[in-house]
Amino acid sequence: MAALERGGADIVELGVPFSDPIADGPVIMRASERALAAGTTVEKVLETARQIREHSSIPIVLFTYLNPVMRYGFERLARRAKEVGIDGFLLTDLSVEEAAGFVSAVRAEGLDTVFLVAPTSTDRRLELVAQYCSGFVYVVSRTGVTGVQQQVSSSVRPLVERLRHFTQLPLGVGFGIANADQAAEVGSVADGVVVGSAFVRAIETTPPDQLFDTMERMARDLKQGALRGRG
Amino acid sequence: MLNVPDSGGHFGPYGGRYVPEVLMSPLDELEQAYHAARADESFQAELADLLKNYAGRPTPLFHAERLSRKLGGGKIYFKREDLLHTGAHKINNALGQALLARRMGKKRIIAETGAGQHGVATATACALLGLQCRVYMGEEDMRRQRLNVFRMRLCGAEVVGVTNGSRTLKDAISEAMRDWVTNVNTTYYLLGSALGAHPYPLMVRDFHRCIGEEARQQLLEREGRLPTMAIACVGGGSNAIGLFHAFIGDASVQLIGVEAGGRGKKTGDHAARFSGGAPGVLHGAYSYLLQNEDGQVALTHSISAGLDYALIGPEHAHLHDLGRAEYVDCDDATALAAAVELSRMEGLIPAMESSHAVAEAIRRAPMTAPDDILLVNLSGRGDKDIDIYRENLKELDSDSPQPAF
Repeated sequence: MAALERGGADIVELGVPFSDPIADGPVIMRASERALAAGTTVEKVLETARQIREHSSIPIVLFTYLNPVMRYGFERLARRAKEVGIDGFLLTDLSVEEAAGFVSAVRAEGLDTVFLVAPTSTDRRLELVAQYCSGFVYVVSRTGVTGVQQQVSSSVRPLVERLRHFTQLPLGVGFGIANADQAAEVGSVADGVVVGSAFVRAIETTPPDQLFDTMERMARDLKQGALRGRG
Repeated sequence: MLNVPDSGGHFGPYGGRYVPEVLMSPLDELEQAYHAARADESFQAELADLLKNYAGRPTPLFHAERLSRKLGGGKIYFKREDLLHTGAHKINNALGQALLARRMGKKRIIAETGAGQHGVATATACALLGLQCRVYMGEEDMRRQRLNVFRMRLCGAEVVGVTNGSRTLKDAISEAMRDWVTNVNTTYYLLGSALGAHPYPLMVRDFHRCIGEEARQQLLEREGRLPTMAIACVGGGSNAIGLFHAFIGDASVQLIGVEAGGRGKKTGDHAARFSGGAPGVLHGAYSYLLQNEDGQVALTHSISAGLDYALIGPEHAHLHDLGRAEYVDCDDATALAAAVELSRMEGLIPAMESSHAVAEAIRRAPMTAPDDILLVNLSGRGDKDIDIYRENLKELDSDSPQPAF
């Protein structure tokens, strides 16, 4: 975490693994399996957040699927998240139509709720989803599961432009972004670049003694790319 | 009770639409297309024609006299969905949704399958309508349902083995959803049970409602009265909701769903969601879910691949909470014994899934009065399960003299 922050990350997503991650590709699926096999729970991820907070003020977004959160209890989780210093939530499979109870529990603690928009979202839905968002809006760059790809989807620019009509919030674009050039391309239209699978893959494949340096370098490259894109 | 789901797909608190945003607009489109098709007489006429002349509807209602007499209670009637083309009720829904997909202009169909019956029905419907078909199936299920894997391929479908998780139905649905998320613009997801995000539980129920509607009519003609009870097995719950729906308004008819009791009461050894689970969200719907205390979905076990799933269809959760339907479970050994009994007494070899409903009828019949009627949905035939029967009934598979019956 410290390595990411040194590399220039502005926000960190902390994941709680779920047994059936339907929106994730192979890299995050394998990471979820490893994390579950190691006994990771909502409680343990909260404890990780608390430890990060001891020496960092970087904003933390807890991201997972709905069921572990529902099981833990919305109010209980929002309260505990506030205590340990988590700033917001992102639940992959929670549609805004079903989100009223969750959003009110989280907002009651003054924390943010981030929802996703996708290239398939109609204007009506962009407006609706934006109303449920605080902090930032997560723009999914393409139809598909998480994972790196060669090129940034051509659907990003029109989607971001459509969404700007409905919100003043910062827009972060994710799914499939892995290198500085892609970050630059996204940076030219959006306010933030979200990178997940590329880091998780690095964690999976890098020898432990080189991991922190690798993470820091990746973060720095991506940040410079994004800033270059903004011009 | 009959006025469900609401416009958001909720059956009481259950059901709904819990999916990634990328699927929300496509689900809206699907819902609109379905409502338009439902109101379109030419769509209904084409479906009715296929159900009659291709699939073999209406299916007979059979009075199992020898079995009823032996058990000494009421009359047991079997709704013969096992006689349908492809061997189970699944073809009702596969034909309906495949016609809908064609109407929506989708040329590529994906589906999940557990026992393989939905996969075979989908492959069949796609062959009939000239649609491209890919079926996701857990590798464990491919192993135990070899025959159905071959049937799907013979009909031109591509069968993709899923190696994640428990390698059963749950993992096949997850993989189908990943495909759909990726190819949603060109692809129709032909979901095979009364599960998933709205409008699937509604749509699948509607395509199977003919089961109960026919049986109700047939019983009124034959007996001049309604059944005392209607019994069906419940995995996701499509054959059960199809049977139950015509009787929900008839307060005198007991509705009994039979879940897979597996090999024991321990989590991981069964698929009894009501006795072992708690409400949760999986694959787009909120319903009773087998899960651990951290909200991770539990593994399940059943001798029948089609009942081996962690979540029960949301309308069943609603009927359960209202007390309108009762849900019990039946273990592997009891289901197997019921299959043997039905084969010997009536010459009907049931699918392993349907054997769970048969077992419940055998258990209850002696406690009923002679003028009671037990209506049982024989949702599928046992051809696909011959390997499982052979494995478990080794004495029948040797050529040494058999004990006289």
